[in-house]
Amino acid sequence: MKWISGLVLGLIVLAVLLAPVISPAGPDVSSLRHAFEGPAPGHPLGFDSAGRDILARLLYGGQNTLGGALIALLVALALGIPSGLLAGYYGGWFDAAAGWLVNLVMALPAMVVLLASRAILGSTVWVLMVVLGFLIAPSFHRLVRGIVAGVRGELYVDAARVSGLSDARIIWRHVLIVVRAPIIIQIALVAGIAIGLQAGLEFLGIGSGDTPTWGAMLNEAFKNMQRDPVLMLWPGLALGLTSGALVLLAAGLRDTLEDPGSRPRTVTPAVPTAVTPAVTPAAPTAGPGERAALLSVRDLAVAYPSGEVVHNVGLDVHAGEILGLVGESGSGKTQTAFSILGILPETGRVSRGSITVDGTEIVGLPEKRHRELRGTVVAYIPQEPMSNLDPAFTVGSQLVEPMRVKLRLGRAQAVRKALDLLSLVEIRDPRRVFDSYPHEISGGMAQRVLIAGAMSCEPKLLIADEPTTALDVRVQAEVLGLLRRLQRDNGLGVLLVTHNLGVVADLCDRVAVMREGRIVETGTARQVLHTPRDPYTRMLLDAVLPLEVT
Amino acid sequence: MNALLTVEDLRVSYPGRGWRAPRTQVLRGIDLSVAPGETLGLVGESGSGKTTVGRAVLGLVPVESGTITFGGERIEHAPRRRRRELARDLQVIFQDPYTSLNPSRTVGDTLAEPLLGMPGARARVATLLERVHLPADAASRLPREFSGGQRQRVAIARALAIGPRLIVCDEPVSALDLTTQKTVLDLLREIQEQTGVSYLFVSHDLAVVRFVSDRIAVLRDGRIVEELGARGEPAHPYTRSLLLAAPVADVAEQRARRQAFMSLDLK
Repeated sequence: MKWISGLVLGLIVLAVLLAPVISPAGPDVSSLRHAFEGPAPGHPLGFDSAGRDILARLLYGGQNTLGGALIALLVALALGIPSGLLAGYYGGWFDAAAGWLVNLVMALPAMVVLLASRAILGSTVWVLMVVLGFLIAPSFHRLVRGIVAGVRGELYVDAARVSGLSDARIIWRHVLIVVRAPIIIQIALVAGIAIGLQAGLEFLGIGSGDTPTWGAMLNEAFKNMQRDPVLMLWPGLALGLTSGALVLLAAGLRDTLEDPGSRPRTVTPAVPTAVTPAVTPAAPTAGPGERAALLSVRDLAVAYPSGEVVHNVGLDVHAGEILGLVGESGSGKTQTAFSILGILPETGRVSRGSITVDGTEIVGLPEKRHRELRGTVVAYIPQEPMSNLDPAFTVGSQLVEPMRVKLRLGRAQAVRKALDLLSLVEIRDPRRVFDSYPHEISGGMAQRVLIAGAMSCEPKLLIADEPTTALDVRVQAEVLGLLRRLQRDNGLGVLLVTHNLGVVADLCDRVAVMREGRIVETGTARQVLHTPRDPYTRMLLDAVLPLEVT
Repeated sequence: MNALLTVEDLRVSYPGRGWRAPRTQVLRGIDLSVAPGETLGLVGESGSGKTTVGRAVLGLVPVESGTITFGGERIEHAPRRRRRELARDLQVIFQDPYTSLNPSRTVGDTLAEPLLGMPGARARVATLLERVHLPADAASRLPREFSGGQRQRVAIARALAIGPRLIVCDEPVSALDLTTQKTVLDLLREIQEQTGVSYLFVSHDLAVVRFVSDRIAVLRDGRIVEELGARGEPAHPYTRSLLLAAPVADVAEQRARRQAFMSLDLK
């Protein structure tokens, strides 16, 4: 699509530039004898109301229309990009002042300003287009400023500063490269707008009456609508084609420049970082016979378009038991947990195997039934407590709403239950936390809130994905204590996904160790941590840094 | 005392939110020093100000009061030009190897950045890659082709590029897997033995800090509550609680630690 629109644009520009070659007639040569006449040799589009050659007026008019848009664009770029760069990179008073000015200009109605400046500065197209450039500069300023301010906070810019690079060099090497694509897209969009605005002015008769432009041609054709409606066709077509091609080009550019997914990805690890012990044949992790009543996974495989990431995983969680699922990043432990919850990303799917939760087979279960299961039997505690709370709502409303839907409680009942839950998770001032917004509470508090939410439907099975990884150690110790108490008091089965062997030692009854999508070892926590059978488990344990008690 | 880096009564604050809001005190008088070839670990919880200490030394946050002396020179208010020269001696490794490398520049390009305009930059890049145990052809690849541990090696190589005397390591291994952590820490120690560089090593993880540091300073709410040797006995109850809160991979020992932590009564 973008090739076609680019081609159309290119042809239009070329034709307009070659106007003297294509059309031997001048745009202003009128012969009233030919007024409103149809096509004639040498005049393929015929004549207008003043007997001027339409093709010539179209081509020369294009020079003025497109040239005017170009001027407006250049002015806008020259003002908007440098000011946006400075404001975004340095911030401070310049940013504040520029922001104020930009808001002011954006609040002005463009048409009114253009009308006023025509009255003051005269009626030349070019002057009006410079004014228009001033009016659209803010859109570039805002775009550039926003992106630069974002890049400014990136660590690699800090690293470049520490490396001793000058600001000019950092902007050139690290910042401009990021704003390039959005600017190109914005140019295509704004060019269309500039052409439209300019044609609009001319159509209203507010341009310079004597120079041919597409807008002026439309105006003239409109006056003679009754007599020769075909006059509307040519300038209308030129305007429509140009703006349409610009919009399509912008959309096409956005797709190519801003979607990294469309680029071919070469994922070739340079060297294996970890020592690779000989792969032991995947031990049958749980016999095919006895399956746990609460959660039982057999021969599970999870596949993405790029390939299978979880192979033949089997595990069991009994009621009242905590199973630790241990592994490094990329081992497939989270994928396994997600398939149990039925929340795999869109492109992933369970390609093989069986998962039963509380006697229900989950693989192939319709989404609606799965959702019911998630709200009642299974609950989930995520890794990042903060990003799992909506910053726009109070903690309380985020606890109350699901309970009203899931448990069909009345408002007052649900509020009372939410407060009970908050004290259940050892929050000392439940009322205050209930009324707080997520940004007003700490990460540890947020995780307690999520645990309270998970407990609200009185689940039998809890799936916790690295529940304490984002927390400080002291908070982690408290949250682990809380999880242990809740699990004991309610006889919960827990599947705890973690990379931290200390957390395993603290909380888990049994452990399954995952590596590259397979379970390499299962056993009691004591056995796996103290007498590991698999070389990979041994390697993990060796990597733990010592922390002797004092 | 011939310390390489001396920080005295360092105070940093950030502007408060809103009109005429009081400033938020981040550092409330920090004193520390790092000798040549030594590693000083800075440990603390989130919000303790540990990262700000490193950023202040690097000149990435404005210093409110106090002094930072590096190699005998006061640098807390060094002008930008001087800062750029200091880059030769003072380098950094950031926490997140995913955002600390420009995704659109090749590894070789990133490594050559501090060497711009120097003769033999290309050969130097090859030496650097070798030193951090990456293959030579890594120079022509983009960061996204590398794993977290490999990216952190690139970041280490960048810090080493012009032979600094002090590297601020800001949580350099906390985004890495356990096994990768150990190899990166081993690499840092190996480089220190070869080059005699000093580290200011910032981390929330006491085990990591104890593994690499000669001395440890424990931060809390912008103050140093205790300074101790790497194998030293923590005396301050806060340090003890940090130590006991970190779980260890030993069922019986962890149970004892858990009970000890719960019996500690401090808030």
